[in-house]
Amino acid sequence: MEPCRQVPVAFTINGRAVSLEVAADETALHVIRDRLLLKGTKEGCGIGECGACTIVVDGKAVNACLMLAAQLQGRNIMTVEGLIEKHELSVLQKAFLEDHAVQCGFCTPGMLMSSCALLKDKPRPDKGDIVDAISGNLCRCTGYQQVVGAIQDAARRLFGEKA
Amino acid sequence: MMRPKATYVRPGTLTEAVDLLQDLDDRCKLLAGGTDVATELRSGAIRGRCLVDLSALPELKGIHEAEEELVIGSGVTLSEIASSAGVARGAPALAKAAAVFGSRQIRNMATIGGNICRASPAGDTLPPLYVQDAELELTSSSKTRRVSIRDFIQGPGRIDLKAGEILKCIRLKKAADFTMHRFDKIGNRKALAVSIVNLAGLVALSPDGIIQRIRLAWGSVAPTVVRSSRVEAFLTGKPLRMETLDQAYPLVQDAISPIDDARASAAYRRRVAVGLLFRLTTQQESPDSIMDIA
Ligand SMILES: Cc1cc2nc3c(=O)[nH]c(=O)nc-3n(C[C@H](O)[C@H](O)[C@H](O)COP(=O)(O)OP(=O)(O)OC[C@H]3O[C@@H](n4cnc5c(N)ncnc54)[C@H](O)[C@@H]3O)c2cc1C
Ligand code: FES
Ligand code: FES
Repeated sequence: MEPCRQVPVAFTINGRAVSLEVAADETALHVIRDRLLLKGTKEGCGIGECGACTIVVDGKAVNACLMLAAQLQGRNIMTVEGLIEKHELSVLQKAFLEDHAVQCGFCTPGMLMSSCALLKDKPRPDKGDIVDAISGNLCRCTGYQQVVGAIQDAARRLFGEKA
Repeated sequence: MMRPKATYVRPGTLTEAVDLLQDLDDRCKLLAGGTDVATELRSGAIRGRCLVDLSALPELKGIHEAEEELVIGSGVTLSEIASSAGVARGAPALAKAAAVFGSRQIRNMATIGGNICRASPAGDTLPPLYVQDAELELTSSSKTRRVSIRDFIQGPGRIDLKAGEILKCIRLKKAADFTMHRFDKIGNRKALAVSIVNLAGLVALSPDGIIQRIRLAWGSVAPTVVRSSRVEAFLTGKPLRMETLDQAYPLVQDAISPIDDARASAAYRRRVAVGLLFRLTTQQESPDSIMDIA
């Protein structure tokens, strides 16, 4: 491969295969929001500090604002739009709604992606695991308790009581 | 005049990468996890460069544990370090530093090699690497050389990386003969905080509490990480008690040269540098810490 300004990339996003050309210094966040028009993923700070742009790449939560679009090559990406199951909100999303873990909602897609990665990795997280998993996600509204509670609820509903 | 546009290339092997670097001029910019480079691209600090993405190089991955040595690929992420049994055995202070680094998302992306080459005075992996006298292996198309981390890091953002070189891996002698392995960090908050002061400490204590060997490395209190042979020599052979550490106060103040910045004043850093040393007398670290894995 030679250095190029326009980089061809092919990856899977929410189960759909896409291929397109991206600029060398374009971020993954820009491609997701402005090229693929998946606006669920938010841009807050743009420098890795707020977590609003969190996506799941090959099972791991990362900040889309810090990832180059060119680095999406060959990866399996999930954004908040991919959580929906057969036109219905997922258990995790329902728990967020029912437990009042959403107020203005700006942090919610990022919170959901961080907790989705956590639950895949650790189906029965303790409170410390949850706090650690969302420590890179800022929320100006809820005070976090409801978010932690919603993740605990979702874990319980999906995988049963903590062993 | 048109600004030169950035280009991107992702070599698939280390050989391909070093050959490429030989051909490119100094307009290239290496990136691994990209957490530092992405913020520099956004701020405009770097533009129009050839971005050489090292994230696909298998030679930079993996942690290898031998009997006495630990070899960590420069492309290993902080998450991988935090969860590695080999690092927990051979470099517990590094494991602790990795566990409190940035956020989950940052740890999933950021690499140890990027942290070293960024050479921030506050870099959290650096003090644990200094106390274990880490050796860095650098590779170019013509040769491979080893250099100690103390010689490699020359100042804030300044490293002894020659044109065409890539940091391949980090070699550590396992710190098996120490009884305490500590890493403490003071920041503005727990997660996502740049260290105001950090301290890595290895101590070998005799059963009656005498310091037999001690190694200390402070971060964020000077242009580069501080290890002081005078402080270490002074404490050796003395009991690990508050009074002893208090006597080391002037020596510590001599060794460090902190500055005022947006995060904290120099005066505060001077007090915290000693405060973290005092913490060595608390046998238990804060509950979320890793210690005494032996
Ligand atoms: C929100 C946020 C939180 C952060 N929190 C912390 C923290 O708690 N503690 C801390 O210490 N840092 C922190 N950082 C800084 C940063 O994440 C670290 O310095 C990280 O380890 C850099 O690794 P990287 O792989 O992302 O580096 P990159 O951005 O890819 O590269 C960093 C530098 O190293 C060079 N480089 C990378 N790999 C190599 C190589 N193999 N050979 C030669 N040169 C190389 C690059 O050219 C560049 O100059 C934080 C950053 C952000 C954005
Ligand atoms: S927009 Fe990415 S972390 Fe804030
Ligand atoms: S709900 Fe408003 S920021 Fe979290």
